[in-house]
Amino acid sequence: MDITVNILLTIATAATPLLIAAIGELLVERSGVLNLGVEGMMIMGAVGGFGASYLTGSPWIGLLAAIAMGAVFSLLFAVMTLSLATNQVATGLSLTLLGLGLSGMMGTSFVGQPGERLPNLDIPGLTSIPVVGRLLFGQDPIFYISIALTAAVMWFLFKTRTGLTLRSIGDSHTSAHALGIQVIRYRYLAVIFGGACAGLAGGHLSLVYTPQWVENMTAGRGWIALALVVFASWRPWRVLAGAYIFGAVWIGQLHAQAFGIPVPSQFLSSLPYLATVVVLVLISRNKRLTMMNTPASLGQPFVPDR
Amino acid sequence: MSANQDGTNLLEVRGLTKIFGTLTACDHIDLDIAKGEIHALLGENGAGKSTLVKMLFGSLEPNAGEIFWNGQVVKISSPGVAKKLGIGMVFQHFSLFEALTAAENIALSLDDGSPISSIAAKARALSFSYGLPLDPESLVGDLSVGERQRIEIIRCLLQTPQLIILDEPTSVLTPQEADKLFETLERLRSEGKSILYISHRLEEVKRICDRATVLRHGKVVGHCNPREETASSLARMMVGNEVQAVVRAPVEGIATAQSLLEIRNLSRKPATPFSIPLKAISLNVRAGEVIGIAGVAGNGQGEFFESVSGEVLQQDVASVRIRGKDAGGLTITGRRLLGAAFVPEERLGHGAAPRMKLSENLLLSRHATDGKAFVGSGGMVKSGAIQAASQRIIEAMDVRKSAPDPEAAALSGGNLQKFIVGRELDRRPSVMVVNQPTWGVDAGAAAHIRQALIELSRSGSAVLVISQDLDELFEISDAIAVMHNGELSKPLPIAEATFEKVGLLMGGAEPGHAEHTLETA
Repeated sequence: MDITVNILLTIATAATPLLIAAIGELLVERSGVLNLGVEGMMIMGAVGGFGASYLTGSPWIGLLAAIAMGAVFSLLFAVMTLSLATNQVATGLSLTLLGLGLSGMMGTSFVGQPGERLPNLDIPGLTSIPVVGRLLFGQDPIFYISIALTAAVMWFLFKTRTGLTLRSIGDSHTSAHALGIQVIRYRYLAVIFGGACAGLAGGHLSLVYTPQWVENMTAGRGWIALALVVFASWRPWRVLAGAYIFGAVWIGQLHAQAFGIPVPSQFLSSLPYLATVVVLVLISRNKRLTMMNTPASLGQPFVPDR
Repeated sequence: MSANQDGTNLLEVRGLTKIFGTLTACDHIDLDIAKGEIHALLGENGAGKSTLVKMLFGSLEPNAGEIFWNGQVVKISSPGVAKKLGIGMVFQHFSLFEALTAAENIALSLDDGSPISSIAAKARALSFSYGLPLDPESLVGDLSVGERQRIEIIRCLLQTPQLIILDEPTSVLTPQEADKLFETLERLRSEGKSILYISHRLEEVKRICDRATVLRHGKVVGHCNPREETASSLARMMVGNEVQAVVRAPVEGIATAQSLLEIRNLSRKPATPFSIPLKAISLNVRAGEVIGIAGVAGNGQGEFFESVSGEVLQQDVASVRIRGKDAGGLTITGRRLLGAAFVPEERLGHGAAPRMKLSENLLLSRHATDGKAFVGSGGMVKSGAIQAASQRIIEAMDVRKSAPDPEAAALSGGNLQKFIVGRELDRRPSVMVVNQPTWGVDAGAAAHIRQALIELSRSGSAVLVISQDLDELFEISDAIAVMHNGELSKPLPIAEATFEKVGLLMGGAEPGHAEHTLETA
């Protein structure tokens, strides 16, 4: 029983950064902006979070620093693509490259230093309940943030007027502009929110997952988050499902490799990707629903004519 | 300025000017709109009508000039300001969101923050009181163009505007839907609201408008009472000179002529959830005749054109036959080699590569069919021959341009269309299929293109014209078929066709396709 709980906990820890980064990117893409810089913003969040935690001794300050780092870094993308109308794909890619390089440089003095981990939740009486106690009441704080964030984004997009406006901008920025909606302002806020989420996801890596700084420690998770958004057809609960399927198969194949199952390890390592794609493609079979949820103006630069 | 000089003007515009680069789209425009009148704004495409109303609605910023609202100077800096003043707008190219419901679309333009359900109820009530039934829960992507316009009108009325601007509202409607719209407009006028009605359709302006302001090349060239004018005197004011009438000589013995383009039971599944499936379309176009396909936009005309032109291949190779050969499995080039020519609806990006020169565009579309003429041994381009051919087309179609061989995008819409149509006509095709031949083309150029299509058919070719412009189809067609919801009616010979009959078919009133699909030969 204890082993099962431990496995479930590691799955949640593996899924959380993917979920947070993907939920942020989902909101960005719903506003019609394609930010391929998730990986770069994540790694900046990771180095910023670890650095602040290391220098101040408080992982909580590290957490805030990770969020701020992602948000500030995404602002660079926002200025380029929204105010200067540069190509979103190229700008996003360069943001990732810049983030990977810059974080490596900033983090040289942190390599090999011990980090402090964000403490797990511990509620007397509740956390010690057998089995469910640790799952529900004994995880790291970012896990709870990730679940709350998913619910909040879902509520925001589909239940609030502001969310409706954001979706309308993603559907047609020219129509939105004709109605007097401030397209650029909404997109700025969305991009910064996405950056903050990516920063937080990076912070999870360097403050919870492996509390230390290793160059390139995001290891492609930003790209997985990006793919999750598309495969989940821009719907929050599917992003959650996708992140957890990926986490589960990831952890499963690690255990399988440890057991020495006679299957090439490369094949096992590719399983999480395969499984996630297959499952999300299966649940997105309804073409009509997919069309309705795909932001039609995704990736197109917008220059209002005055 | 006419009778209304007594201070009752709701809106006055003085010296409004808008400059785009080197083009003065609006040049010192003066305009008065009285309370409770329907005021027409007339002009050719490119005369500056849309630019003017965009400035009135705050979407564009004027370079000079003043706007008075109820006698006060106002600065309309955004659509939000226009809405607060009481200016509502129904756009020509709808500003609706396809992936959202009607109610959500309406909610987006109201700033009061009331819940969607109450907006839906209000919209439903208002739509029924004006006789424009509307289901607020339906998805805009599923609605016909006429229904979409209803959403725009209801959305506009919910803001209780004093002035309603309608930009070419009937260009997408059936005649019956247009009648319904006119009733609504007359009712709004009787409620004391003012309407600025933009159109280039002279008959309807004469019918419903109290006054008219005519624009040409960005300048006001006249004010008049349209009821006292004739359609041709209005046209003269708009165009600046007489428009040559199109002549269509009667054809004889068409029943026995050879069918050059045959469509047999052409069906196609919808490519996207919002597109129209084609349902067992059959049609013959014979040598020497022009067949027109009418229909409200978005009823499958685009899908039909793609299937006939070979942009989309058919599984049933016999469903499209060109000069007696199965062409359903052939690509565009394959079909061109059989003697067909195609002019798509979208000029820039489809009919021509925008950033390439006219001569290069000519080579692009004809190197496969006229390879020997334009491409020499070893694949070298014969630029002399291309230049000569390009020049020939430019002269034949009277294409007006600023440079010897300009980029396609540098030409005005009408001139580029003349070039594209001319490029295909230059091949003397035996089958010509044109989608919206004169959309957005000024009257003079449109007459030229129409006459050229008629002459091609009279020289023994089969011509198929898809158009939303009923006047155009009645002018050039020998028979008119109507496309509705992916189905095509039997062609009505022009002698039997009336606006009313065609209008009913456009609205889907008559099923009557059964006998047509059985027709063979």
